[in-house]
Amino acid sequence: MATLAPTTPWAKGAKDDYRDCPVTTLKVDMHAERLIIANAVMAVVTLTLGGIAALLIALTRWQAVHLLDATWFYRLLTLHGIDMLVAWMVFFEMAGLHFGSTVLLNARHAAPKLAWLGFIMMTVGGLMANVVVLFDPSSNVMFTAYVPLKAHPLFYLSYILFAVGALIAVITFFINIVVAKREDRFGGSLPLVVFGLMTAAILATYTLLEGAAAIVPAFLWSLGILPNLDPGIYRNFFWGFGHPAQQVNLAAMVAIWYALAQMTVGIRPVNEKFSRLAFILYLFFINLGSAHHLLVDPGLSFGWKAVNTSYAMYLAVLGSMMHAFSIPAAMEIALRAKGYRKGLFGWLRNGPWKEPGFSALVISMVMFGWIGGVTGVTIGTEQINMLVHNTLRLPGHFHATVVAGTTIAFMGFTYYVIPLIFRKELKLKKWAVWQPYVFGGGMLLVSLGMITSGLQGVARRNWDISFAGVVPGTVDLTLAIFGIGAIIAVIGGIMYVSIVLTSILTGPRLEASNLLLVAGTNNPLLESTTLTDHQMEDKQNQPKGSLVLVIAFLVWFAVYYLTNWWLLGRTWFIR
Amino acid sequence: MLAPERNWWKPIGRIEKTWLTVALVWCIFLTIMMPLWYFMGKQNVPTESYRTTPKDYAATVNEFVAQYQVGEENGIPVVAAPPGSDVYLRASAWQWYPILQLEKGQEYRLHISSMDFQHGFSLQPVNINLQVLPGYDYVATITPTTSGEFTIVCNEYCFLGHHTMVGKMIVK
Repeated sequence: MATLAPTTPWAKGAKDDYRDCPVTTLKVDMHAERLIIANAVMAVVTLTLGGIAALLIALTRWQAVHLLDATWFYRLLTLHGIDMLVAWMVFFEMAGLHFGSTVLLNARHAAPKLAWLGFIMMTVGGLMANVVVLFDPSSNVMFTAYVPLKAHPLFYLSYILFAVGALIAVITFFINIVVAKREDRFGGSLPLVVFGLMTAAILATYTLLEGAAAIVPAFLWSLGILPNLDPGIYRNFFWGFGHPAQQVNLAAMVAIWYALAQMTVGIRPVNEKFSRLAFILYLFFINLGSAHHLLVDPGLSFGWKAVNTSYAMYLAVLGSMMHAFSIPAAMEIALRAKGYRKGLFGWLRNGPWKEPGFSALVISMVMFGWIGGVTGVTIGTEQINMLVHNTLRLPGHFHATVVAGTTIAFMGFTYYVIPLIFRKELKLKKWAVWQPYVFGGGMLLVSLGMITSGLQGVARRNWDISFAGVVPGTVDLTLAIFGIGAIIAVIGGIMYVSIVLTSILTGPRLEASNLLLVAGTNNPLLESTTLTDHQMEDKQNQPKGSLVLVIAFLVWFAVYYLTNWWLLGRTWFIR
Repeated sequence: MLAPERNWWKPIGRIEKTWLTVALVWCIFLTIMMPLWYFMGKQNVPTESYRTTPKDYAATVNEFVAQYQVGEENGIPVVAAPPGSDVYLRASAWQWYPILQLEKGQEYRLHISSMDFQHGFSLQPVNINLQVLPGYDYVATITPTTSGEFTIVCNEYCFLGHHTMVGKMIVK
């Protein structure tokens, strides 16, 4: 049986700088705690910057409002991409890695100085990127900085600083795991959540190296040291960084899903082998995904595109579909074991819907899979990509994955990090209950507005589509849905930042006494250790409802996918 | 979140096996669809491309325009080459050049390349989108199946005038 109580004392020579967490009974190294707090704070700061940009650019693309002028639109769009897709995500993930490699393993942080160096480099790089984009007119080159658009050398340098800093932080994760194992801090294998974070860390390592292969030459080229760069090769390397970077987010998010499920309903993974295999599939196949961005590029063959875009044989997609079943199934078993056995979905109706960790988990999984995953696989199909490349359907897809999926999961997780790691009582609890719904509802409209606009041919990264004169009148409607959704999502974002700031800045330090925020005084994390094999295998507890849910998902997947082939078949002949 | 028991290598349950099989079959279907369409479908991503330089390509475009020009619109030549021939489109910040005039149901070899930045060829409302890179001559063999006036939008960001880069294609 898994255990929470620390079994071995700190290793000899290790500084005795730790505290015992009263809720989880785990030991928390103070170095790790400070690192987690610093990274989480920077994550929220960059989220705020990116969120302000988000509101302004969305209100510009909403054609009826059309707020900004062209230069400011492109400038803030560049900023939005960097702050959200890179800074917010990676800072939060680094907080997650420090948390996973120490607190969850009941272990110490073995390389705090190195970790601080990484953090400082990331912070300098992240802020420098913001300053350069805001004040240097030539650096309005978008987050992708496609060669031969030439930004200021400091623009590339800020990327390099941030990436090297992140790489250093990732290395401390591996050091911590090795040291914890050697000092025998945990029995048996890594916990599943740490295993998922490990997947993210391995993906991050080569992702960042590929980023160097794209950005370092671009940096030297901007200084005039290198002559012309090949734009096709740059794209390949850039997306070798840019796409797997999203898979780092994916792996980290799935790890957080397992964590939230255990913290809010007390799951035990149904089958460790099944879940770990799914992570392994990510590890081996997901790096092929850079081809997703090159499907309609010149210079590449059909074979290269088809093999890479499909992750060999959709094996990384298979990994996600496995998690899509194993997590709800584990939740279903845990809830059925509590007695919610009525019908197929009685367990789901009786879930703790007022607990933000639970609602964030469910919203994140549904939006990530049903919108993000389905649209992603469809537009990653070689031929179908011709209908989609660089239209608004693309951001429609990744706002469903990275924002409605990953960001909501991270937000939900924050509400537990604040009492457990910041040791502050969570303020504005009522807001926290509603926040995932507001933010999720807004992002649903944003995604759908973008996808339906893109279906009508509206280009992404475009200040004013009215020049095109081609788009039917319904585009005004779909862009309005996008704009209204963005306003709602930004309100959800403001709620999140307010909750975090109010909790951190006001009120005295308080040892957490309870894991759940609103839905009761029990501790599902500890309950999960009492879930017996007998309960897991009881006929009445079997996850039939989850199987129905995933089959329904597959039907929707097939409908959307085949409809796109039908759409493709109606267009001009081309080869 | 907790370290599992030492021996977690257990057989996968019946319901999980069912889902795994169904999901794997779906993945195989997804994999087969692409080569199937490649050989049977009429809409495939062009794979023909050549190395070029902006200078050489510009010269070819000028030669092509001089040979087949039939009119002019807002200073941009309208060019009609015979069906089956090579037609050339030039992307530069922030213009598509020239205006191509094609015939419905006839096949053309459409060359596209860029003079400067990366651009995006987005034919609307047909909604065919291709990436345009400097140094690459991308050849799409196309057959228009509808007629009318079509807009070519640039959908790859090419600096501040990006949204003004709108061209035209005519199909009779």
